[in-house]
Amino acid sequence: MSDILTPTEEALAEAPPPTRGGGALRYLLTKAGGGLVSLVLVIVLGFLLFRVLPGDPVLTMTRGRPASKEQIAELEAQLGLDKPLIAQFFDYLWRLLQGDLGESYVFRVPVTQKIMERLGPTLLLVGTATLIAVALGLWLGTRSAWRRDSRFDKVSTSVALALWSTPTFFLGLLLMAATSGWFPTAGMVNSDTPPDFFSQAVDVAHHMVLPTITLVAVVYAQYQLVMRSSLLEEMGADYLTTARAKGLRDAMVRRRHAVPNALLPTVTLVFLHMGFVVAGAITTETVFSWPGLGLLTYDALEKRDLPLLTGTFIVLAGAVIVMNVLADMLYRVLDPRVRAS
Amino acid sequence: MTSPRAASPRALAWRRRGDAFAAGWRQFARQRSGLFGLGLLLVIVALAVLAPVLTDREGLNVINATGGPLEAPSGEFPLGTDRQGRSVLLLTLWGARMSLTVGFVAALLSIGIGTIIGILAAHYGRWVSAGLMRITDFFLVLPSLVLAIALSTVLNPGIGTVILAIGITSWPPSARLVRAQTLTIEARPYIERSRALGGGHLHVITKHVLPAVLPLVFVNTTLAVGSAIVAESTLSFLGLGDPDPMRPSWGSMLRSAWLDSAVIAGAWWYLLPPGIAIAIVVLAFTMCGRALESVLNPRLREG
Repeated sequence: MSDILTPTEEALAEAPPPTRGGGALRYLLTKAGGGLVSLVLVIVLGFLLFRVLPGDPVLTMTRGRPASKEQIAELEAQLGLDKPLIAQFFDYLWRLLQGDLGESYVFRVPVTQKIMERLGPTLLLVGTATLIAVALGLWLGTRSAWRRDSRFDKVSTSVALALWSTPTFFLGLLLMAATSGWFPTAGMVNSDTPPDFFSQAVDVAHHMVLPTITLVAVVYAQYQLVMRSSLLEEMGADYLTTARAKGLRDAMVRRRHAVPNALLPTVTLVFLHMGFVVAGAITTETVFSWPGLGLLTYDALEKRDLPLLTGTFIVLAGAVIVMNVLADMLYRVLDPRVRAS
Repeated sequence: MTSPRAASPRALAWRRRGDAFAAGWRQFARQRSGLFGLGLLLVIVALAVLAPVLTDREGLNVINATGGPLEAPSGEFPLGTDRQGRSVLLLTLWGARMSLTVGFVAALLSIGIGTIIGILAAHYGRWVSAGLMRITDFFLVLPSLVLAIALSTVLNPGIGTVILAIGITSWPPSARLVRAQTLTIEARPYIERSRALGGGHLHVITKHVLPAVLPLVFVNTTLAVGSAIVAESTLSFLGLGDPDPMRPSWGSMLRSAWLDSAVIAGAWWYLLPPGIAIAIVVLAFTMCGRALESVLNPRLREG
C-alpha cells in the first residue's frame, strides 16, 4: 500500500541523525536508550494487555470451553490473580528478568522452552525470504530506475504494487491451489524422511518452497520501490556525468558509481521494516502450518493461551525494536557523510 | 448564484469553495486511473448498500441453504456454493458490506487519532510534542499485526473490536504526516496575525490549522481504507473477526474456505471471489487516493 510507503520515505529523510556535539558515543547511547525505553514499554504493554484489559483473564482463556470450579481456581492461582495488581506486575517483571514467561496453558511446558523450539524454523524461513526479497528487490529496482518509464519499469512497478496490496494469506492460498501436488503444503519435514542430514535438508527445502515464495512476493515490493526512488535521486548527480565523460561503459557507471550510493537507504530499510516481515511471517506460517513463532502465535490465540500469547508478543515486538536500533546504528556506520559531520 | 455586489461574506466564501472544488474536480477528472477507481468504488458501494434490496439476507442462514456442499458454479448459483450450501455470490455481496464498513470506520478512527495527535504535537511543541512523538515512534516501530492480534484476542470478538484493533494500531504514520504539515502551516504569517489579534489555541487550531490540514487528511483516509480492509481480512482470517455467520466478511469467507480445505477440494469458486474482491477494492482506493493526492498535496502539485 502506498500509504505504508510514504512513512518509509519520510523515515529515510529523517534517518540522518542530529549531529550537534557529542559524536558517536552520544548518538549510540541515545539510540540504545530509546530502544530500551521501547522494550520496557512493550513489557508493560504485555502485562496490561493480557492481565488487566481482559477484565478476567481466566474467563478469556476458558471461553467456549467448559471448566470446573477447581480448574478455574487452579488457573487463577497459577497466574497469581489472587494477588493485588501491583504485586502481580512486579512478580511478572521479576520472572521475566529471569527469562521465565510462565507456563503454557495448552502445551503444559514453560513458554520460554516452546518459543526456543519454534525460533529456528522462523529464523530459517524469514532469513531466507528476506535475503531473496532484498536481492530481487534491489535488482528490479535498479533496472527499473536505470531505464525509467520503459516498459520494464512500468510492468515491474505495477506488479510490485499489485502484490503489495494482496493479503499475504490469500497469496499463499492461491499458490497452494495453483501448484497442488508439486510441493508439500504443510509442516516442515515428513516424519518418514531418513534422519541423515542430507535427506532432512532436502525435505525441509522442499517444504520451504511455497512459504518462501509467498513471503518474498509480499515483502520484495518495498525494497524495489525504495531502491527505484533512491536511485532516481542519484540519476542527475554530477559524479555520474563525470564517470560517463571518463568513457566508462553504462553498466560500469551503474555498478561502480550509482548503485553503491543508492544502496544505503535500502539497506537500512531492510532492518527498519522487520515489523512488516513479521506480520507476513505470522500469516504465511499459519497458512502453511510452518512450525515457527507465527504458527505458535496462531495456536496460542486459537486456544486463548494467554501466557504463551504474552510470550510471543514480547519476543516478536522486542525483536522488531532491536532490529530498528540496529538499523539506526548501521546507517551511521555505512554513511560516511553522517560519520564525518 | 447571486450577483457579486449583493453577496454576503458567507455566500462569497461558499462560492470560493465551490470554485476551488470545481477546479480540483477538473484536475482529478484529468487522471484516467483516478476516475476509473472512483467509478469502480461507486459501483461496489452501491452494490453493498443495495444488497438487502437485491437479495434476501435469509440466504446467509445455514438452515435456509438450498444448495449442496461445495457445488460448482451453475445457473442457480453463479459462483457456486460453500461447504454449507450457501451461495458464494450472496456471501461475497454481503461480505462487501462488512469489509467496507470496517474499512471505512477503522480508517476514520485511525486518521482521526493521527490527526489529533499530530496537530497537538505540532501546535503545543516542547514537552507535549516530545512526549506525543515518543509514543508515536513507539507505536510506529511496534509490529501492528502483533498488537492487533493481542487486542482482538483479549477483547470480546465482534465488529467493534476489529475496528478498534485496526484503528489503534495504524495511526502513527498519519500522526507524523499531519505534524509535519501543521508545522509548515503554523510558520505562516496569517497564524501569527491570528495570534496577535487574540486568537486562542482552540481558535487557531480549529479555524486555521485544521482547514489547512484537511485536504491531506482526506487523501490519507482514502489510502488508509484500503490497508484497513486488508488488515480486517487478515484478522478475520486468523479467526479474530465477527463470529456471527450471518455477518460474513471477505476475510472470514477466506477463513472458511481455508478451514473447509476448499483449496484441496479444488473449489476455486469459493476461494477466488472474496480474494479478488479485496484486491479490486484495495486497488480502487489506491488509484483514487493517488489521483486525489496529486490534486490536493501541495508538495506534489508544485513539483
